[in-house]
Amino acid sequence: MRLRNGIAYAFLAPYLLIFATFWLWPIISSFVISFQNTRVNPWRFAPSLNWGRLVGDPAFYNALYNTLIILVIQVPVMIALATVMAVLLNSPLLKARSLYRFAFFAPVVVGEVAYAAVFRLMFSIDFGIVNKLLGTVGISAISWFDNATAAMALVIIAVTWRWAGYNAIIILAGLQSVPGDVYEAATLDRVSKVQQFFHITLPLLRPIILFCVVLSVIGTMQLFTEPFLITNRGGPGGGTETLGLLLYRQGFNSLNFGYASAIAYTIAALAVAISLLNLFFGRQAK
Amino acid sequence: MKSKSRSLLMRRLALHAALTPLAIIWLSPLWMMFVFSTMPDYGIFNPDIVLWPSTNFVENFNVLQTETNFLRAMFISITVAVIYTVLSVMLTSMAGWALARYRFAGRSVVIAIILGTITLPFAVVVIPQFIMVAREFKLANTWVALIVPPLFNSLGVLFMRQAFSMMPSELFDAARVEGVREWRIFLHIALPLARPTMAALSIILFLASWNNYLWPLLINSKPGMMTAPVALGTLIGITKVSWGGIMAGAVLLTAPILVVFIFLQRHFISGIAAGAIK
Repeated sequence: MRLRNGIAYAFLAPYLLIFATFWLWPIISSFVISFQNTRVNPWRFAPSLNWGRLVGDPAFYNALYNTLIILVIQVPVMIALATVMAVLLNSPLLKARSLYRFAFFAPVVVGEVAYAAVFRLMFSIDFGIVNKLLGTVGISAISWFDNATAAMALVIIAVTWRWAGYNAIIILAGLQSVPGDVYEAATLDRVSKVQQFFHITLPLLRPIILFCVVLSVIGTMQLFTEPFLITNRGGPGGGTETLGLLLYRQGFNSLNFGYASAIAYTIAALAVAISLLNLFFGRQAK
Repeated sequence: MKSKSRSLLMRRLALHAALTPLAIIWLSPLWMMFVFSTMPDYGIFNPDIVLWPSTNFVENFNVLQTETNFLRAMFISITVAVIYTVLSVMLTSMAGWALARYRFAGRSVVIAIILGTITLPFAVVVIPQFIMVAREFKLANTWVALIVPPLFNSLGVLFMRQAFSMMPSELFDAARVEGVREWRIFLHIALPLARPTMAALSIILFLASWNNYLWPLLINSKPGMMTAPVALGTLIGITKVSWGGIMAGAVLLTAPILVVFIFLQRHFISGIAAGAIK
């Protein structure tokens, strides 16, 4: 490679221009706005107003709690499920592979609004197919939208349905890069398939699973559409309100940009911190 | 030998017994979406379990069309997704080419920026982006507002960069010796070779734009300038609107992309496996 400053930046210019305008400047601006009182005109510097409010705001703690609950339950369940899907799809014994692949991967292309609508209908209390099916095995109807725990479960189920296949695709790609002779040798040494999974496959997959976890953490930290559309604006009574939804409401319903920016920075800081922690412990646990 | 083939058969049966129910559960929301979209509302409220489509799709679509002008919203969504995809592939391949093929001052800074933004959620920029586009540029409810701000994409650049850096450099050096200019080398030699990567990236970007919800919801909320997901979203949670109509919209949002997915599965998968979207 030769040193070509002019040419290189000519190729990079449009991309960097978009980056500077729509990412770099907003990142700086968001930080500044979070220290301003945006409810007066013109906006005034008020260093402790928004951050002070954040520290004492029960709505913030509720949203943080809900987000972390979803994070702690949904991400591990989904990643485990995605790993199982990928390993089974990779089995040489599988017939009609493309059919199974289609079933698990199709949700990846379905838009959030479309699937939110169908989940609302499927989980409807009186006429939803899920409660009808539960009824046939004698389980009484669950109030998926009026009971906070059930509503949280519904959000977790929905997000898992939508994203498990996405992660399975990434993990499957990783599995296919594992050389087959490793397993042949293990089989000759009479290592059982289950042992092979835990002692060969999982350690080899560790970096890829970590990548999936990091992407999922970032996604979950700003989870918005599912509680917005499926459980009706974070209902019941804030029972599924997430940080992403709180940001939306403060920013675009109350038009309190200063407070919303403080929430946005909290989301970003948590996402980065949790991702780094994952990478750190993922590397350590060898 | 006989017992070995029997245990193989048992394993094969167990594998399918585990995967089939899971696959049915996974497909059921899509199937039910289709079934609901063909049912009149009294069918949806039927106390029996109905798993088979009816014949009411056109009526349901008409309800949807009168409520939201869904065809207009579909037209906006398709146009935006096409223009966005073309522009984004151009930007990311140019940037990927520069990062793969030239040494220049500040290269490591640019790479650090791209890697750093991967872990940054959109949430951190959404407020100032909105203030800038809607209030300062006065571009709310325009095509530009839908297309331009989402153009920044860090994983796409890395995807293209990888494709370009795997090409043998003799290819380009030979052209340079002949005096071919850099932009011509990029356009006429490198880009045609990167076609499979560009195809995978295009599909993923199109999908991301087609399904994008939060930004279009914030910036283009005026009827007549809404994208299809935003238009459909306005109906969800309003009890007076027919469920059949909403489901018809959901099917129209999903079916075209699902058909593309069936035919271009390989490209989708290689794009997603590279982590080109989230």
